[in-house]
Amino acid sequence: MSQSNRIQGGLIDRSQTFRFSFDGVAYQGHPGDTLASALLANGVCLMGRSFKYHRPRGPLSAGSEEPNALVQLRTGARQEPNTRATVAELFDGLEATSQNAWPSLRFDALAINDRLNTFFTAGFYYKTFMWPAAFWEKVYEPIIRRAAGLGSLTKQEDPDDYDKGFLHCDVLVIGGGPAGLMAALTAGRAGARVILADEDFRLGGRLNAETFAVGEQAGADWAAGVAAELASLPNVRLMPRTTIVGAFDHGIYAAVERVSDHLAVPAAGKPRQTLWRIYSKRAILAGGATERPIAFENNDRPGIMLAGSLRAYANRWGVAVGDRVAVFTNNDDGLRTARDLKGRGVDVVAVIDSRPGGDLLPGIRHLQGAEVIDSAGRLGLTSITVRQANGKTEVISANALAVSGGWNPNVNITSHHRSRPEWRDDIAAFVPGAGGPANLAAAGAAAGDLSTHGALRGGAEAAREALETLGLQAPYSLPQAEDAPIAITPLWYVSGGKGRAWIDPQNDVTVKDVKLAHKENFSSVEHLKRYTTLGMATDQGKTGNVLGLAIMAELTGQSIPATGTTIYRPPYTPVAMGTLAGRSRGKEFKPFRLTPSHKWAEEQGGIFVEVGNWLRLQWLPKPGETTWRESVDREVLATRKSVGICDVTTLGKIDIQGTDAGAFLDKVYANTFSTLAVGKCRYGLMLREDGMVFDDGTTARMGPNEYVMTTTTANAVTVFRHLEYVRQCLFPDMDVQLISTTEAWAQYSVAGPNARKLLQKLVDQDISDAAFPYMGAGNITIGGLRARLFRISFSGELAYEVAVPTRYGDALIRALTEAGREFDAVVYGTEALGVMRIEKGHVAGGELNGQSTALNMGLGKMVSKKKDSIGMVLSQREGMNRAEGYRLVGVKPVDPKGVLQAGSHFLKIGAPPVLESDGGWLTSKVYSPHLGCDIALGYLKAGDQKIGRRMRAVNFLTKTDTEVEIVSPHFFDPEGERLRG
Amino acid sequence: MRYSGFRVIAEALTGHKGWKPVWRDPAPQAEYDYIIVGGGGHGLATAYYLAKEFGQARIAVLEKGYLGGGNVGRNTTIIRSNYLLDGNEPFYEFSLKLWEGLEQDFNYNAMVSQRGIINLIHTDAQRDAFTRRGNGMILNGADAEMLSRDQVKAMYPFLNFDNARFPIKGALMQRRGGTVRHDAVAWGYARGADMRGVDLIQNCEVTGMRIENGRILGVETSRGFIGAKKVGVAVAGSSSKVMAHAGMRLPMESHVLQAFVSEGLKPFIDGVMTFGAGHFYVSQSDKGGLVFGGDIDGYNSYAQRGNLPVIEDVAEGGMALMPAIGRARLLRTWGGIMDMSMDGSPIIDKTHVDGLYFNGGWCYGGFKATPASGWCFAHLLAKDEPHKTAAAYRFDRFLKGLMIDEKGQGAQPNLH
Amino acid sequence: MIINHPILGPRDAQEFVYLGDASLIDRPDGMTAGIESFHDYLYNRDNPAGLHRELWYHEQGDRSWLVVTRNTVSHEITSVELARDVARARGRSK
Repeated sequence: MSQSNRIQGGLIDRSQTFRFSFDGVAYQGHPGDTLASALLANGVCLMGRSFKYHRPRGPLSAGSEEPNALVQLRTGARQEPNTRATVAELFDGLEATSQNAWPSLRFDALAINDRLNTFFTAGFYYKTFMWPAAFWEKVYEPIIRRAAGLGSLTKQEDPDDYDKGFLHCDVLVIGGGPAGLMAALTAGRAGARVILADEDFRLGGRLNAETFAVGEQAGADWAAGVAAELASLPNVRLMPRTTIVGAFDHGIYAAVERVSDHLAVPAAGKPRQTLWRIYSKRAILAGGATERPIAFENNDRPGIMLAGSLRAYANRWGVAVGDRVAVFTNNDDGLRTARDLKGRGVDVVAVIDSRPGGDLLPGIRHLQGAEVIDSAGRLGLTSITVRQANGKTEVISANALAVSGGWNPNVNITSHHRSRPEWRDDIAAFVPGAGGPANLAAAGAAAGDLSTHGALRGGAEAAREALETLGLQAPYSLPQAEDAPIAITPLWYVSGGKGRAWIDPQNDVTVKDVKLAHKENFSSVEHLKRYTTLGMATDQGKTGNVLGLAIMAELTGQSIPATGTTIYRPPYTPVAMGTLAGRSRGKEFKPFRLTPSHKWAEEQGGIFVEVGNWLRLQWLPKPGETTWRESVDREVLATRKSVGICDVTTLGKIDIQGTDAGAFLDKVYANTFSTLAVGKCRYGLMLREDGMVFDDGTTARMGPNEYVMTTTTANAVTVFRHLEYVRQCLFPDMDVQLISTTEAWAQYSVAGPNARKLLQKLVDQDISDAAFPYMGAGNITIGGLRARLFRISFSGELAYEVAVPTRYGDALIRALTEAGREFDAVVYGTEALGVMRIEKGHVAGGELNGQSTALNMGLGKMVSKKKDSIGMVLSQREGMNRAEGYRLVGVKPVDPKGVLQAGSHFLKIGAPPVLESDGGWLTSKVYSPHLGCDIALGYLKAGDQKIGRRMRAVNFLTKTDTEVEIVSPHFFDPEGERLRG
Repeated sequence: MRYSGFRVIAEALTGHKGWKPVWRDPAPQAEYDYIIVGGGGHGLATAYYLAKEFGQARIAVLEKGYLGGGNVGRNTTIIRSNYLLDGNEPFYEFSLKLWEGLEQDFNYNAMVSQRGIINLIHTDAQRDAFTRRGNGMILNGADAEMLSRDQVKAMYPFLNFDNARFPIKGALMQRRGGTVRHDAVAWGYARGADMRGVDLIQNCEVTGMRIENGRILGVETSRGFIGAKKVGVAVAGSSSKVMAHAGMRLPMESHVLQAFVSEGLKPFIDGVMTFGAGHFYVSQSDKGGLVFGGDIDGYNSYAQRGNLPVIEDVAEGGMALMPAIGRARLLRTWGGIMDMSMDGSPIIDKTHVDGLYFNGGWCYGGFKATPASGWCFAHLLAKDEPHKTAAAYRFDRFLKGLMIDEKGQGAQPNLH
Repeated sequence: MIINHPILGPRDAQEFVYLGDASLIDRPDGMTAGIESFHDYLYNRDNPAGLHRELWYHEQGDRSWLVVTRNTVSHEITSVELARDVARARGRSK
């Protein structure tokens, strides 16, 4: 049976045939088809199952509002759940499978739910499954979870790429139907920069689905002609297959372009989809309107479809959904379906028009004042039951039913800034309300102008008005087009039956559910939505919402506008996560920052660690070393014995210059820097205004008005931001300039007893202790190259930090290691750095946690009260100065083999493991090869009074309980003799 | 009316004729003993516990919109008690214990589901910090476990273990954490309060406070003046607006937090997970949607909507963590307004006005706090003494330097 | 959002970092003011639903701190000034 329902005409390319499959059965279609149109052409109407009752379903629509015809598209890692067959462009080799049905779409075991529907009313689950208490999670919920959901993800990585881009325009036109085309043409001809985006792959909107003429041409031909002219204009960008999914602040719109979804796989180097951020000065919403159904009993069977969609399948795709078609309408537009189908030779068995009176359709059985009250056909419609004006019921054999309950303007995007739409009685629909996104105007059907002429005029006018605000004249002339008035008498649901009448077909929300919600006083529209799940399916209520609230309005006796409406949120249609993420995934999630010695260290087989976006050398294994500890212990011991080199480029570096530089530093540091001698460094402690320690580092005075600050790696950016804040916002007249030079200087620490000997081989100047004493700083040269030298130590050794312009960083690490060869110099990484700083009791990451004061760190005396500095005042609050507060301590296991773990808590020996016993925690822990045991730093309540005591360090997570001795945090060389050497 | 499986079956067999309104729509009375301003989760829970646990009567809840329309109606439904600091952990553990018995307590199935929450670890420093936290949790009587990379992989093999920019090194897990059907929490408390005589008054906006001689006499509303002996305000997101009626400036800013849900999917993620190297946390609802979120937009806002950069940032985190969700589609985004406090922790306290009490500053952690917040606020209202687990949530902690700053970010609300 | 930088013209808000209420410019002097005034300065906020003057830092740009007047309900921006100018106008100097 090949394309048995294909009829003549349509905008498909019959010269080519595509092969595709659905649930393993092979079919044929043509370019221009969607998966739904091709399946319908092949006589396949059953495409899915509903969420709750697993009712058999065919497409309700021919567009993105589709709630029923959801399939899994493609296979393997490209399997894409919940894809609307109505918008999936057919391609050769397309494979799709049905979802939410087992064992098959035709015989779905969970259709038992439909039999039990009387139990599964709205919100029934809130009233049961509570006994016995343990059963919810163990029994009921697992069953519900397995049954819920629609399609499946494969758990394989998405193999396709996604891109992002930015576009700018004067006018963004959203939608390429008659209003959008006319708007783009008017603006484009006037010379404005225009972007026209439409979700469809063919521009023209409803013109492609109707038999109207525009001017002398068929509507579709007129649309093609305008599209061709627009394509020829250099100031216009046409974006078919592009959905505007969200309106954001200040004229920014998000657009999803489906670059490759109409292909089996994306072409090499092409993304599957692109997320565009469009910056517009003006935007015109020409998004058309969406038809809504009328609820009646069993109105959800395959073959029952929106009238405009059924007509679109005939006119655009050359598909007759059935060969005995009935039409049920409350408005004139529904009559068009009967006319068009009859014109194409399809048997229209009856038109059931709920309105009494009016003109009768010639040559068609036109029942006025009648209603469809039921339907039959398990997997597809076989007949409808009609109640005529005289009350007589009649069963009419039909295998397709077109239903029109009127059209809802697509106000969706105008609500993205939480503007509520306004009700218009004359068209029985909501139109965009006030307070929508600034500089967005709706036109055409989206604004409630539902005729072709109205759309053309509305589009042109909107463009003219938009351009006028931009200072451009945009004259236009309109082609002739139909201007039929809206003739609708609202009918929301057919009353009187006992069965179920669907409003939201995907979530299986029926009129009964609305009535139950009302009975239980879930009458506000938000309660209605949340209690019944109306409008929460993948279509977000595009066809059902207005129906639901109109029925609620009737039940409460309020008007529809008084009942109100829930509002649409972005996105307009669902967006793939991959599209929103773009290229930021895998290793490209965040950029890498590499240190100047990275290449060298990589050559040496270094092991690296992520530190923010930096990669730092963690340790550098030597041949034969099998554990990281071997390498780290060696690096520490060799440094303390002779000399070690460490790349410290990642530390933040800020040049501070100006006659007020010293005064400025006095403001931002808790201690004083204006008195620092030229050529000297000082350790600086920086507080936040709340008195907590923000950052620390050494700052050197390179000249009378010139300082060089270092920050921690983690805070390099935030400290610089803070300094600019203090400079610009608090002390705007200080003569001080700042520049971050973190990336400008490659900086190495050279530490150990032989550090001076090593460096002296390279440095042109005398760096003897007399010439370059402890905490000295200065500009030097290395082989004539300008460089900086600081005699500072984080390791506790005689140590220097030497800096050269970054481009010489690679050369310098090679020169240092070469010069260090005679001293058996090692290069050490962050692990050894950590060992040595903890041996010396220096605070770092684990202690600089943003929750600690200078007092906590044992640095309370550094906060000068003699000057105003950021944080000085609030650091004096009583809660931050309690004797029983945390103090930094050192920790050693009593048994040298005892294991310490950072994050363990201090408990008194013998105390129970409860909150009241909690003494604090271990902030950082290392193995000290020097001491031959684990050592740690920690914050201990009143720790300064507990030196020498024994406690327990307990880690319940690893079941580790170690007896420890509280010691001074200065484990190694507490007098600091080595670093002054 | 008591709910049960038996009742559901009986009603089904008799045409659902017997269901009653879940709450009345009473007209406001002239005066109450207690007025709770705000019919969100915290306000409804407060009224429920005031009536049920503290034996109080003549209580009204005033809601400017619809019941449950506060942040209880727009959140990512996560419950947990994995806090770091002693000022917080006992409170959230109290809350988790209340969650554990909630459905039986208020006879409404809120679908409390302790599916377990894991906080992924990507660096050694994170492991140290989570170890500190996990031990603190255990000392507070909560549960915590440290998972290895392999244990995480066994649970969620489809996470990015092989090509990650920031490798997964393990996770802190709280098995008792999980999710709850958020709307049902509001409805369950509302129903329970209504059954105990609390007047739940919707579409009633507080427009002013009548204060004389330092004592509150009642509130002006869109439905007229309503007198009260005590007024408790629980309107997180709008706290500054409402408390301005009492002349107060609060230590908080209002910020928008976006949240997200995907289309329905067959079971994919069993529990709750947070990414440790980006802004992304996720669970899957019983209906099948992936419910996820990330960072706040970061600027003051009352707009209940956010902007694109954060949506992209969250998606990037999601794809970095679980590249298998590339073809899952984001269905809906929404924005809630958060009271972002100056230390990231809430306030449940008296005010300088006699009879006026405040509950707010929940940042984006308010949902999980709902039961304990209601209980503790009811305790404060009824007894004029803070509940022991909420004793730290005072206004004056900032003046005294007793901040409860989980993240260590200081007085900058958008960083908490 | 787009911030119309007074020197550089319209820039995407993503280039900026947000700090908060521009009242942070009015920092008390630590040598004369005490804990209470610093407490009020640092912690308490008007937090209006409406016009809000707030500090943004052009981190991915020229490093200017700006005072942006923005409506917190509509997000409309009505004025953008250099924070330094605002600070000077409010009497701040060295």
